[in-house]
Amino acid sequence: MIKEKRIALRNIGNYNPGSIDEYLKLGGYKNVERALKINPDEIIETIIKSNLRGRGGAGFPTGLKLKFTTQAFGDQKYVICNADEGEPGTFKDRIIMEMDPHLLIEGMIISAYSIGASKAFIYIRGEYTESIDSMKFALNQASEKGFVGDNIFNSGFSLDIEIKLGAGSYLCGEELALLESLEGKRGYPRIKPPFPAEKGLLGMPTLINNVETFAHIPYIIEKGADHYKSLGTEKSSGTKIFTISGDVKRPGYYETEMGVTLRQLIYEFAGGIKDNKKFYAAILGGAAGTFVDESVLDTSMGYETLKDKGAVLGSGAIMVMSEGRSVFDMTHSILKFFMHESCGKCVPCRIGTVQLLQIMDEAKNNNKDKKEILNKLLNESEYMAATSLCPLGQSPILPIKSIKQFFENQF
Amino acid sequence: MDKNSIISKFKPDNDNLLNILHELQNTNPNNYLSTDDLKLVAKYLNTTYSSVYGVVKYYSMFSLKPRGKYVIRVCKSPLCHMIDGNGLIEHIKQNIGIGLGETTNDHVFSVEASECIGHCDEAPVIMINDKVYKGLDSEKIKEIFQGIKSNQ
Ligand SMILES: Cc1cc2nc3c(=O)[nH]c(=O)nc-3n(C[C@H](O)[C@H](O)[C@H](O)COP(=O)(O)O)c2cc1C
Ligand code: SF4
Ligand code: FES
Repeated sequence: MIKEKRIALRNIGNYNPGSIDEYLKLGGYKNVERALKINPDEIIETIIKSNLRGRGGAGFPTGLKLKFTTQAFGDQKYVICNADEGEPGTFKDRIIMEMDPHLLIEGMIISAYSIGASKAFIYIRGEYTESIDSMKFALNQASEKGFVGDNIFNSGFSLDIEIKLGAGSYLCGEELALLESLEGKRGYPRIKPPFPAEKGLLGMPTLINNVETFAHIPYIIEKGADHYKSLGTEKSSGTKIFTISGDVKRPGYYETEMGVTLRQLIYEFAGGIKDNKKFYAAILGGAAGTFVDESVLDTSMGYETLKDKGAVLGSGAIMVMSEGRSVFDMTHSILKFFMHESCGKCVPCRIGTVQLLQIMDEAKNNNKDKKEILNKLLNESEYMAATSLCPLGQSPILPIKSIKQFFENQF
Repeated sequence: MDKNSIISKFKPDNDNLLNILHELQNTNPNNYLSTDDLKLVAKYLNTTYSSVYGVVKYYSMFSLKPRGKYVIRVCKSPLCHMIDGNGLIEHIKQNIGIGLGETTNDHVFSVEASECIGHCDEAPVIMINDKVYKGLDSEKIKEIFQGIKSNQ
C-alpha cells in the first residue's frame, strides 16, 4: 500500500491555523531564521540543485526563476504569490492557505530574501473568502511577532507582505494578466517577453510563484537539496499534491512523491471507482488539461512521462469519470468554460472559443458524424493555438487533441 | 460606515482598486457598485470614471446593477456539471422562483453562474455571499433556503 509523503501539506491538521504559537511549537519560522543566516546566492543554488519545478502548472525550474530575478536590474524587486487557483478540479492552494497559512508566509520570506525583494503580494481569487481571512489573520500574527516587517530576526532584512484580491477571472491566474490585475487594471495579458523576472510589477523584476511552490521552499532549506532531489523521479523531483474529484470513493487532496501512478492515486488513495463501476476516463490538469483512458493508468505521474503519453500533469487536478459518463458532455462543459473566460482582447480566441462551442452545439442538434465534428474542433483549436495572444487561447487544443488520441470512437 | 471612510482605509494607490471595489460592494446591502461609488473611487485614486468603469465591467464578481441581499453563485464548471447537470438550478428555482441571472422582486436573492470554486471533491457546490455549500441535493437546498428565510 502506497503512503502519502507530505511536504507542502506537512503541517495540515497538526496545528490550529489561527494560532501562531501552536505553529511555533512545531518549529515554525525556524527555517526562516536558518535561511536568513545563509548567503542569498547559496539559497538560490540550493533551490536550483533541488530541481524544484513550479507547481502552478507550467513546471518551470524554480531556482532558475530566482536566479533570473536576482540578476535583473531594478531599484525595487517584488515577490508575488499566485493564489488565483481557478483551474477546474484544483483546490490544493486553498487547503494550504486555509490550514497552513504560515508555511506559505515562510516560503515567501525565504524567496524574497534570496532575490533581495522588500515587498511581496499574495494575489488571492476573490471567491476564496476563507483563504483570504486565514491569510490576513496569519499575516497579522506574523507581523506582531516580527517575522514580517522590519529587520526580521535581526538580519537586517525587511519584508512587507500585502494581500490583493482577484474578482472572478480565471485568466488573471496567468502571470502577466495577474500583474495587470494587481496594478488595478483589466486583466489583459501582456506580450512576452519581457518575462516578469525582467519587467514585472510596475516594470520591476518580479518573482511569481504558485502557493504550492512556495510551500516547498522551507523544507528544502531544512533538509537540503540532495534529500529533496532524491524524492520523486529524476526529472520530476519531490512531491506533488493531487486533487482528485469525480466518481471515486474518497475524493480529496493527496500529496505524494512524483512518479506515483494514476492507478495508485485513483485506486489506493481515492479508494477506487464509486458504486462498483469501471474506470472510464480521467481529465488531468483541469480544463487546460487532457483526457486520458485506462492505457495511462500505469504511467508514472511526472512532467515528461505524461507528456510522452500525450497528457499533462498541470496543476495536479484529476477528474475521474466512470463508465456511463460522456466525454462529449465534458468537452462541451470545458469549451463553455473557455468561452466564459476568454478576455476578448485578441480575435482568434474571442471568436474561436465561441465557434468551438457552436461546432459542439451543431453536433448535438443534428446528430452529425462525430468524427467530422472532432476534426473540425481540432482544426479550429489549431488555428487558435497558432494565433492567440496568450496561453488561454492556446489551451482548448489540449483536451481536444487528447480526445482524438484516446476517445476518437467514443466521442 | 459611510463610503468615504471605507475608501480612505486604503492608500490611494491604483493597486488597491480591486480591494476597494470589493469592500464597497460587500458593504452595500444590494451587493453592487453604483455610478456614484465609481466616481468616488476614481476621484480618490486620481483616475477617470471610465477607467474604473472599465475595470468593474471586466471582473465577473462585480455588479453595476442592484442584486439581492444574498447572491447565490452556482458552480457550472465541468466537475460540478458532470455530477449535477442542471439539478441545482432547478432546485433553487423551486425554492425561490428565479433562475440564472435573475434577482427576486424583493431584492432578497440573486442567482448567478460561477466557474469552479475549488471544492470539486464535494460537488455539486454553490456559494451564498461568502459561504460555500457543498455536496448538495434537493433536500439540502431546501434546508438552506428555509434557514435563510426564517432568519429574514
Ligand atoms: C489561463 C491561465 C491560468 C493560470 N492560473 C494559474 C493559477 O491560478 N495559479 C497559478 O499558480 N498559476 C496559474 N497559471 C500559471 C502562471 O502563469 C505561472 O506559470 C505560475 O504562477 C508560475 O508559478 P510556478 O512556477 O510556481 O508554477 C495560469 C496560467 C494560465 C495560462
Ligand atoms: S488568447 Fe484569449 S484570453 Fe488570451 S488575450 Fe487573447 S482573447 Fe484574451
Ligand atoms: S467544478 Fe464546481 S467546485 Fe470545482
